Amino acid sequence: MVKKLSEFKVGERGVIKTVAGEGMIRRRLFDMGVTPGADVYLRKKAPLGDPLEVTIRGYELTLRKTEADSVSMEVKE
Amino acid sequence: MKHFALAGNPNCGKTTLFNLLTGSTAYVGNWPGVTVDKREGTYKKGEEPVKIVDLPGIYSLSPYTPEEVVSRNFILDEKPECVINIVDATNLERNLYLTTQLMEIDVPMIIALNMMDAVEKNGDRLDAEELEKKIGVPVVKISALKGEGIKELMDRAIKCSKEQRKGETVLKDSPIAHLIRDVSIALSAQKDVNAPLFHAVKLCEMDEIEAKAHEELVPMVDAFKATFSDDTFGTDFEAIVADARYKYISANYSSVLERKNRAGEKLTKSDKADRVLTHKIWGIPIFIVILFAIFHLTFSENLLYLNGFTSSMAWMPTLEELGMDTENVGVQLLACFYDGTLFSPGVMLQNIMGWLTDLVGMGLEAACANAPEWLSGFIVNGVWEGLAAVLSFVPQILALFLFFSILEDSGYMARIAFILDRIFRKFGLSGRAFMPMIMGFGCSVPAFINTRTLADEHERTATIRVIPFFSCGAKLPILTAISGGILGAVDAPNVDLIVLGMYLLGIIVAIAAVILMRSTTMRGKVPPFIMELPAYHKPLFKGLMIHLWDKLKHFIKKAFTIILASTIIVWFLSHFSWSWHYLADEEMSESILASLGMLIQPILTPIGCGSQLTKYGWVFAVAAVTGLIAKENVIATFSVLCATIAAGAGVEFEATEEGVTEIIFLIQQTGITVPALIAFIAFNMLTIPCFAACATARAELPKGKFKWTLLFWVAASYLVSTAIYLMGSWWWTAFIVAAVLAAAITGIVLWNKKHPWKEKEVAATEAAGEVANEAAVTEDNETDKEE
Repeated sequence: MVKKLSEFKVGERGVIKTVAGEGMIRRRLFDMGVTPGADVYLRKKAPLGDPLEVTIRGYELTLRKTEADSVSMEVKE
Repeated sequence: MKHFALAGNPNCGKTTLFNLLTGSTAYVGNWPGVTVDKREGTYKKGEEPVKIVDLPGIYSLSPYTPEEVVSRNFILDEKPECVINIVDATNLERNLYLTTQLMEIDVPMIIALNMMDAVEKNGDRLDAEELEKKIGVPVVKISALKGEGIKELMDRAIKCSKEQRKGETVLKDSPIAHLIRDVSIALSAQKDVNAPLFHAVKLCEMDEIEAKAHEELVPMVDAFKATFSDDTFGTDFEAIVADARYKYISANYSSVLERKNRAGEKLTKSDKADRVLTHKIWGIPIFIVILFAIFHLTFSENLLYLNGFTSSMAWMPTLEELGMDTENVGVQLLACFYDGTLFSPGVMLQNIMGWLTDLVGMGLEAACANAPEWLSGFIVNGVWEGLAAVLSFVPQILALFLFFSILEDSGYMARIAFILDRIFRKFGLSGRAFMPMIMGFGCSVPAFINTRTLADEHERTATIRVIPFFSCGAKLPILTAISGGILGAVDAPNVDLIVLGMYLLGIIVAIAAVILMRSTTMRGKVPPFIMELPAYHKPLFKGLMIHLWDKLKHFIKKAFTIILASTIIVWFLSHFSWSWHYLADEEMSESILASLGMLIQPILTPIGCGSQLTKYGWVFAVAAVTGLIAKENVIATFSVLCATIAAGAGVEFEATEEGVTEIIFLIQQTGITVPALIAFIAFNMLTIPCFAACATARAELPKGKFKWTLLFWVAASYLVSTAIYLMGSWWWTAFIVAAVLAAAITGIVLWNKKHPWKEKEVAATEAAGEVANEAAVTEDNETDKEE
């Protein structure tokens, strides 16, 4: 099943399919290791529901829902 | 002398290693992005001295943040003899991403595999020799924290620096490998290009800087693009390259790391702490409690409310009531800790400092007993009192700083940004802006320095401009004295309410100003919030002490330079007349300072502290000016000048430490009204901060922004306090103020609609470093600043 990272529930895991968008934010995501093929685990959401905290490539990364919106994921069971 | 560059990801231990190598005490924190500028030092323990350059932490060599450009240009243009790439072994994949880019530059390179102790502690195993074999550059295991492996690293780095190294790329098997090769050959043919491979890769990515520098080769890339299509990415070479790097890393280097458990599944201590601290429901309450505890332990004069919540509940006896001799120096020392109430540690330290400076002051006075009056006055009042004023604030600021350092080093600060980002986004900032703002309540100086952690330049400038609105410790005496005076002279609500109200006013003005800036001169997208959350760890005592020492050094330097010079100037101006005749304290109204005060007095008329006052009204103008040097001066100036006025008018007057009687006296003598007094507080709170803060702001602001920032402070304080005075004196002026405000808001909204903000435009002007056109906009915006 494919869905956006921003739609993930806490505890869900998946593999990145594509990273959409353009410009600086997308570049930043690439540089932080958010590239197709990477395993992502949604650890938690901030108390106000946004931003998100994910585990990717062995470290913790936080990003906003708007940024996670451009990341589409293949959900893993 | 050879120079080596330290390059690596943010928060990977670069600065710790730098301190270790050079013996310096640069600032280190558990927060990504502490080093913003490059720093230099010398390593002297090797066979030859080597200059070490600590570059800002970067994730990539792309030109998107100023730090990345600094690092990239340094390595390319300054041609260090060796690049020491620090790799956080606990976070291998992402760190090696930068390594693969550094390797493309023709420069000798060595990898320092840091935090090996943490890897081993986790029960993981990392094969450094295998990594070295695979990656093709020397790899040395180190632990910067424990100082292990440093000698070996430097010996091998020096050896390494004697040989040339050609750039290598991991993109050899990627779909665009032959394009990179072709561009690289074309670039090699050009004379002035060093590191052709690096430039070729960046050109293939259509990196902005590169495309501009080698326009003639862009058609070649474009031509290739036309014939090429990748299944997943199409012709998005940026994505192809980033993807290829990470693919290569996971395919080739992941085998060197044997993890005991898969990441994200096991629950470390850090995870457990995080579960509580960023809890869905408890996260924010816990944060508020921590923040309150910090301020309570630093500023409270009633520790843990042991003496009851209100003064009517107080039960602890004062030392005098216990029958002690308060003239005794020992009893006075005791009074630093307890006097009618138990003080918080911060206040205890402050009292001890006060006790010490009093002793020194008395000693100086005794030593000057036989000196001429002007000389003793100069030394005791001119020099020492100014120094003592600064020193008295050092303990509390250090205490506050210690607490914030603990938060930062433990990794909690990054979580605060995480928790609060949602709220800050509404104002056009990111969660990262919170910490410098809250530090502003203590002192603007460390708060300004802390803005370095903000990635976005607009966000940094906006934050620096509003930090002084978060009323600092030195402004508190102004608040309490004037509120107390108002209470004493007229029937006003209680002091706490006025003080709290003024704090709130500061916060409201700050928020309004940020929104205003973000919708006028600093338009742009809300800065992105993509941040690494470092693992929690116990702060190291040594690290904390380095932070404090850094701070202390800063203050001592400040006390003996700016403050000393300015107090001497004020003393001279207030003790000499225009005819260079020495004046005793009582004759101050004839001084140069007084006549200057009278000269600028009319400027304060709109805020009610100017020409409408009787003949002593210049006192307020003088106090406001001395407040620019240090905010502590405002009430001190009142004390001195009230004594002068009383002596001149032959009225009874007794000065108090808190300055309350001074205010009552001034209300009687100058006829100043309550709205004018409140406007005066607002003016002092919002206007240009003290000298030291200005100097720091100047250093931290981007070039060319400082003068506009000064203007912004003056305009904001003047307009807000005028509005307060007008509305307080004549209620119907509220309609005028509201109308002006509404007009300003409508104007801005309409203008923004007409001139929609375009991302590309801003990016282009920013890249060119143009501030001129923005400055022009700032100017017309300042005029309608009326929040």
